[in-house]
Amino acid sequence: MNNQRRTVLKSGSGAALLGMLAAAGIITPGMALADWNKSAFDAKSMADTLKALGAGSPADSKDVQVTGPDIAENGAVVPVGVSASLPNISMVAILIEKNPNALAATFVLPEGTEANVQTRVKMGQTSNIYALVKSDGKFFMATKEIKVTLGGCGG
Amino acid sequence: MGNPMKIRAANKDGVTEVKVLVSHEMETGQRKDSAGAVVPAWFITELTAKHGDKTVLSCEFGPSVSKNPYLAFKFKGGAKGDKITVSWKDNKGDTRSDEVAIA
Repeated sequence: MNNQRRTVLKSGSGAALLGMLAAAGIITPGMALADWNKSAFDAKSMADTLKALGAGSPADSKDVQVTGPDIAENGAVVPVGVSASLPNISMVAILIEKNPNALAATFVLPEGTEANVQTRVKMGQTSNIYALVKSDGKFFMATKEIKVTLGGCGG
Repeated sequence: MGNPMKIRAANKDGVTEVKVLVSHEMETGQRKDSAGAVVPAWFITELTAKHGDKTVLSCEFGPSVSKNPYLAFKFKGGAKGDKITVSWKDNKGDTRSDEVAIA
């Protein structure tokens, strides 16, 4: 009986702590996160993220490629690359559908920078990875499923 | 100030490829320590790469970029000896900037 009460207490204070952290996160950004797209990174689902990025419902495109392993043994370090052959690409974003927050990273590419970026991301579980690309003001998307055998988020 | 970044920049046929390895914990804020307390989020939010004074890449990261983030990209132009400067900022307001000459 007591044990149960403990659990409730714990989860209650955990939630409160999270709330405080979130509040702290909202107060500090004045200096630190001035330009950081908080709403996009905080969005949970794919649809909300796309909305926050102003992408609406992007069209699938064969000219966008997502590269990565078919099976990632360690979800904490999954190499992912995005390349695209569309003209005038100004932005590339990597989204992971089943992560707690879908958006992993956005890249703003000035003229002269090739639409070819590679990075490493964390994945909590097997999920589709989406590459979102902005070309001539329109959004395009491509996807790839990566299976994760050991998750990289949480313990 | 975090630890130094490892940056490599090489020019080949008029295209410069830059590879960056940043040293950063990238805590998601989802993990719990052994006592069950949530480890607060601590991750790089912005990273900018410049060739001379010109920005060649600016990124925004979320916490789901892996620990010690790796980044590779290419841009047209750049010559041997030119400076590439990479700087980042994390959600605690910490920043770091490192530069390297194109090989």
